[in-house]
Amino acid sequence: MAATEIARQAGEGARAVPLSGHVGFDSMPDQLVNKSVNHGFCFNILCVGETGLGKSTLMDTLFNTKFEGDPTQHNQPGVQLKSNTYELQESNVRLKLTIVNSVGFGDQINKEDSYKPIVEFIDTQFEAYLQEELKIKRTLHSYHDTRVHACLYFISPTGHSLKSLDLVTMKKLDSKVNIIPIIAKSDAISKSELAKFKIKITSELVSNGVQIYQFPTDDETVAEINSTMNGHLPFAVVGSTEEVKIGNKMVKARQYPWGTVQVENENHCDFVKLREMLIRVNMEDLREQTHTRHYELYRRCKLEEMGFKDTDPDSKPFSLQETYEAKRNEFMGELQKKEEEMRQMFVQRVKEKEAELKEAEKELHEKFDRLKKLHQDEKKKLEDKKKSLDDELNIFKQKKTAAELLQSQAQQAGGSTTLKRDKERKN
Amino acid sequence: MEQQKNLEGYVGFANLPNQVYRKSVKRGFEFTLMVVGESGLGKSTLINSLFLTDLYSAEYPGPSHRIKKTVQVEQSKVLVKEGGVQLLLTIVDTPGFGDAVDNSNCWQPVIDHIDSKFEDYLNAESRVNRRQMPDNRVHCCLYFIAPSGHGLKPLDIEFMKRLHEKVNIIPLIAKADTMTPEECQQFKKQIMREIQEHKIKTYEFPETDDEEENKIVKKIKDRLPLAVVGSNTIIEVNGKRVRGRQYPWGVAEVENGEHCDFTILRNMLIRTHMQDLKDVTNNVHYENYRSRKLAAVTYNGADNNKNKGQLTKSPLAQMEEERRDHVAKMKKMEMEMEQVFEMKVKEKLQKLKDSEAELQRRHEQMKKNLEAQHKELEEKRRQFEEEKNNWEVQQRLVEQQKLDASRTLEKNKKKKIF
Repeated sequence: MAATEIARQAGEGARAVPLSGHVGFDSMPDQLVNKSVNHGFCFNILCVGETGLGKSTLMDTLFNTKFEGDPTQHNQPGVQLKSNTYELQESNVRLKLTIVNSVGFGDQINKEDSYKPIVEFIDTQFEAYLQEELKIKRTLHSYHDTRVHACLYFISPTGHSLKSLDLVTMKKLDSKVNIIPIIAKSDAISKSELAKFKIKITSELVSNGVQIYQFPTDDETVAEINSTMNGHLPFAVVGSTEEVKIGNKMVKARQYPWGTVQVENENHCDFVKLREMLIRVNMEDLREQTHTRHYELYRRCKLEEMGFKDTDPDSKPFSLQETYEAKRNEFMGELQKKEEEMRQMFVQRVKEKEAELKEAEKELHEKFDRLKKLHQDEKKKLEDKKKSLDDELNIFKQKKTAAELLQSQAQQAGGSTTLKRDKERKN
Repeated sequence: MEQQKNLEGYVGFANLPNQVYRKSVKRGFEFTLMVVGESGLGKSTLINSLFLTDLYSAEYPGPSHRIKKTVQVEQSKVLVKEGGVQLLLTIVDTPGFGDAVDNSNCWQPVIDHIDSKFEDYLNAESRVNRRQMPDNRVHCCLYFIAPSGHGLKPLDIEFMKRLHEKVNIIPLIAKADTMTPEECQQFKKQIMREIQEHKIKTYEFPETDDEEENKIVKKIKDRLPLAVVGSNTIIEVNGKRVRGRQYPWGVAEVENGEHCDFTILRNMLIRTHMQDLKDVTNNVHYENYRSRKLAAVTYNGADNNKNKGQLTKSPLAQMEEERRDHVAKMKKMEMEMEQVFEMKVKEKLQKLKDSEAELQRRHEQMKKNLEAQHKELEEKRRQFEEEKNNWEVQQRLVEQQKLDASRTLEKNKKKKIF
């Protein structure tokens, strides 16, 4: 038996010891399986393809049940994703199945951004898981995993080649999700055309560097069947929920005037192969790949974007605490700096305003000083005028007094003269 | 949101369990078992008996043979294979435990070891570049109780109290062949009483939906703690080769359910509950450790009262929130500062205005004053001028009169003369 991963990891540090009897740990896989069965399984499929390629019908056929409602019209303004979750049970196995359908894909005139809602959807699921994983109190055990485990990409049965929309979309999705390309409504293609079509598609995918999901060949139990199936990709499928009587059985089929296409007939289409590979053999591997490859890639990119990085593995071991502390300190430092800056700005403004006001005050004082001076001058002039008036007054007074004195003297003299005259007269 | 749907035919996902089985066998299994107890309690013998191998031998002696001055924690890794299933078994033992005269803190190296394994796992889990992580956490701790027959020793209680929230503890009564069944019963009752009294949480068997299984589980629970006997020697009893201990009075068989609970222990530990022990370690003990560790990091320095109920956020989300709070705080601060600034400026401007008005008023006042004085002066001058004019007029009149008078006199004089 090949060495297990654990054994490889243990390396030289573990010694192999023989057992002298039946210990009983060979029940471990069963214990594990029992626990998973009790817990239930979860699987999420994303169907991407143009409207009318039979996505919903194929899902109904694959899971043998009628899922969604009405078929969509072609008049969608943009690409939307509609998801529905179903609880299925087969024997004792419970499966929580989520089917996400791309609505309106390929219907717009300008399809440049058609892939964006799809990528966004896938990233959102990764993000939700990442957030849960990073929480302090987390419940990963009971978390409903919504990450997309498989993406069925529906190719139009043109018979020629992939459309550029297909190539662009698949290229954007191949690092985020397991892509399984399928040729839809393949009953429109004849067998010879189909072979050429498949070869063309595969070569186009390879030449454009699109990584599609390869069924794993590392486990001997399934290596053979998986590698055979890998050669049949992309699967040409036909879906139908209608039943037609063939022989004495009712089978799922599509009836044409020229014959009946039986869905589960391997000569007619690859539906059975798809079901085998997708559900019966590799469902768990699809889930595992999503978790260990696509999710890890998303997580790594996201953390690096946020500035986290592992310290050099050769030096001291990585410490989560230190990284968080460093991040936090950096972050707090930034905030402090911003606060300081704001304060400084305010101080500056205050200074400026104060200077302004001081200027204004100064101006005011100067104005009033000028006025005061003017006033002083005026006053002085007035004083002078007053003084000159007073002087004139004084002169006049003096004159008057002098005149009056003279007059009174004259009068007195006149009086005496008159008296004298009178006296003379008398005489 | 979820709808129950019935399948109308074969789909194939019932094969999922097989897929899981296949993958798990390919990956292999790992389990870490810790054994703790004073020396001489038969720990190594029990491990050898449990795993039917010479894990401890002359070449790799058991803990009691490795005399240490202080309590050490050592681990040995062995790879065992059975039925296509490979198991990497790590046995952690603690030579020196409880052997000193003063055993205070002899549990500390054990706690440190468990924590360091949790820390390693946490660090590996938190790396940006993650690889397949080996699970070296301690999944189970077998605690050996000396068969004194009376009850738990203070050391036993102390150890279990400190470790029951870090690891799955399965207490065992060692060397059960030194007690009679009745003594054993009593001893077990006493121990369970003391365990409950001290609120020690030992490993609990999970409830299942299966009635049968639950019955088995109940039977086991009644026999706790398990009293075990181990042996490295094989003895022939009634034609059968069994593991046992040979006494002059008989053979105590290890795998005989009436002699001791060894079979129950092995079945429970290895055959039925090994996976559950790992799950409980991962989902309960490890998560406790992790949330405590991360909470300490995140809330370092932050206001703890505010954050008590918010442990469901990731540290990054926490930082985002802190950032938002800080931005809001800054905005508020900015607004307040702005307000204060505006107010002060208004005040100052108002003062300036008032002062200007005041000065203006005074200036007006003075101007008025001056004008009044001016007017007064004008009036005075006018009066003066008037008076002066009047007087001058009067004077001239008087002068004229005088002149006239003198002229008349002259005339008269002249007249008289003639």
